[in-house]
Amino acid sequence: MQGLFTDAFLTSLVFGAISAGIPLLLAGLGEQVSEKAGVLNIGIEGMMLAGAYVGFVAAFYSSSLWLGFAGGAAGGAAVALVMALLCVRHGLNQIVVGIALTLGVEGLTALLHHFQFGRTYPRLDAATSLPIPVLADIPILGPALFDRHPIVYVAIAMVAVMAFVYRRTNLGLDLQAAGDKPAALDVAGVDVVTTRTVAVLATGVMAGVGGAFMANIGAGLFIPFMTGGAGFIGIVLAMLARGRPLWVLAGALIFGACLSMTTALQVAGVNIPTDVIQMLPFAAVMAVLVIFGRRASLPAALGLPYVRGAR
Amino acid sequence: MSVETADTAPRGADNGRRGERSAALTRILLLSIAPILAALVIAGGILLALGVDPLAYYGFVLERGLFNGLGLQQTLTRMAPLLLLAASLIVAFRAGIWNLGIDGQFLLAAVAAGALAPALIGTLPGWLTLVVCFVAAAAVGALWSVVPALLRAYQGVNEIITSLMMTFLGVSLANVLVKLLFLDPGTTVPQTRTLPVADRLPRLLDTTVSSGLLIGLVAVIAVHLMMTKTAFGLKLRVVGANPRAAVHAGLPVAKLTVAVFAISAALAGLAGAVEILGVHGNVRADWNPAYGLAVVPLVFLARLNGFAAIAYVFAFSVLSIGGESAARRLGVPHFFTLVLMAIILILLAVVEYVDHKRRAAGKA
Repeated sequence: MQGLFTDAFLTSLVFGAISAGIPLLLAGLGEQVSEKAGVLNIGIEGMMLAGAYVGFVAAFYSSSLWLGFAGGAAGGAAVALVMALLCVRHGLNQIVVGIALTLGVEGLTALLHHFQFGRTYPRLDAATSLPIPVLADIPILGPALFDRHPIVYVAIAMVAVMAFVYRRTNLGLDLQAAGDKPAALDVAGVDVVTTRTVAVLATGVMAGVGGAFMANIGAGLFIPFMTGGAGFIGIVLAMLARGRPLWVLAGALIFGACLSMTTALQVAGVNIPTDVIQMLPFAAVMAVLVIFGRRASLPAALGLPYVRGAR
Repeated sequence: MSVETADTAPRGADNGRRGERSAALTRILLLSIAPILAALVIAGGILLALGVDPLAYYGFVLERGLFNGLGLQQTLTRMAPLLLLAASLIVAFRAGIWNLGIDGQFLLAAVAAGALAPALIGTLPGWLTLVVCFVAAAAVGALWSVVPALLRAYQGVNEIITSLMMTFLGVSLANVLVKLLFLDPGTTVPQTRTLPVADRLPRLLDTTVSSGLLIGLVAVIAVHLMMTKTAFGLKLRVVGANPRAAVHAGLPVAKLTVAVFAISAALAGLAGAVEILGVHGNVRADWNPAYGLAVVPLVFLARLNGFAAIAYVFAFSVLSIGGESAARRLGVPHFFTLVLMAIILILLAVVEYVDHKRRAAGKA
């Protein structure tokens, strides 16, 4: 174990933490919007996977990562649209529909990938980075955080954007009310169904971009079932963050570090079976839930469809 | 979930006239069959778009899974673990608990059975080995649900997330156990030691059907009767329908929650044991059939009714066995079954909703 904390090890750990953490951050921020508005979005895993697939295909055929992210957003939003239509507009069971959407997207993307690429997994060119002057030269943190594809900066900026929306805008208040006291929002003359639809679509867009990030930047290729529970970790992040975007960022980085341990430890020459390492993020989630479970907080009307006049 | 359970609980058979009851039965049949047919059509459209003839595909699946003698026997064998998983979910869902961790419970129990059976078979008589393995598998399954159960019962933490997390953990842990602890030194493929075919679960009569099928059938029917006919089942259903009312009625909600988790997870564990002791004889590394999430839609389709669940599990087994051989022959990966299940589930929810609306409009 001598020399474990070398520069190479730390650099690859922090770099990996950011790479693995960005999709979790986007999923967590996305889920947070839905949960604030009172929709428990179990379908987010499917939205991420749809984003990963559509995002990869778009980037693959256009050779443009930005079109890839646009495709990812569209893929996530398409799944979210089904969710919004069934669960928000018509009040179907959110958990049943969420599971169905995740299963369906898993099957459909694997099927499409099979017919498109067979058993080959074509790679995208490595993403070109946009170094931020001066900051990019900081040892360890510089290459990990300030010498990346611009989408990394956009994702981190989303934390501030979401915090601003929640605190300073009417939309933020509407979202909060749609989750805590939908009837009050309705009385105030704001349509609850529209507010929640906007929230679910926003979730789809963010989760979709997160999925596209996983495929296009994280891995550089699409593999069926590649999201592997990242969407569910996003749900946990949103539960624990109690409505605060900054906490989602903190959680995403911690879980991202767990996920990136594999490569970092291999760089350091420590030989641990990958199966053990794969347990780390989920073990961390369980440990956090055991310790802080009581403090996880969710809106009062979470999971309940809103029907005007019903009691 | 209340929407689904509301219509299903058989309440007071004596208060309905015969005509009304058969009309209700027709309605339920229509509600179950319509979404399946519609899903087959939509999924057929997807096949067509991929350049596969849907009629040829469905025909091949039926021929391989149902009309071919050997295929039918495989289908019946496949039903065993699925029936036990259905029993597991019926207990949990009727009690309002979302135990989505059954895949992890199934897999770890399978590893326990796979590791124990070859080790014991030399010292214990065959039947006792099987019994010990079943008990151990049930215990391991139940053990894997302890954390989500306690968190839900005493901390109010949503069990959907925690049980899913335990599945991810369980899948990796099963791999670690197979590769590091219970590795068969005699093979190059990482797997546990193999239980000889002669020592596995006996086969039924002259067929290749595993007697696990009987265990599965007994489990589903027993669970159905327990939930609908016994006082314990009634208590669980009250907790599921309205936990607050259950507290006011003096029911020990936390303890019942833990009990539900234990029963549900133990049944999922038995499913793992049946699959290993009846079919495979060992556990290979990276083996994860992920039956659990496929059974969730079936149980909903059956409206949490055990007898209906048997019918749906049979239909799904045909699809699953036929789909596996179609994957080899027609080049349609078995992922297609996932798509089909998802479409059925969504259409089921839609049909249920439309029916609810229509009846509400009729009453008003």
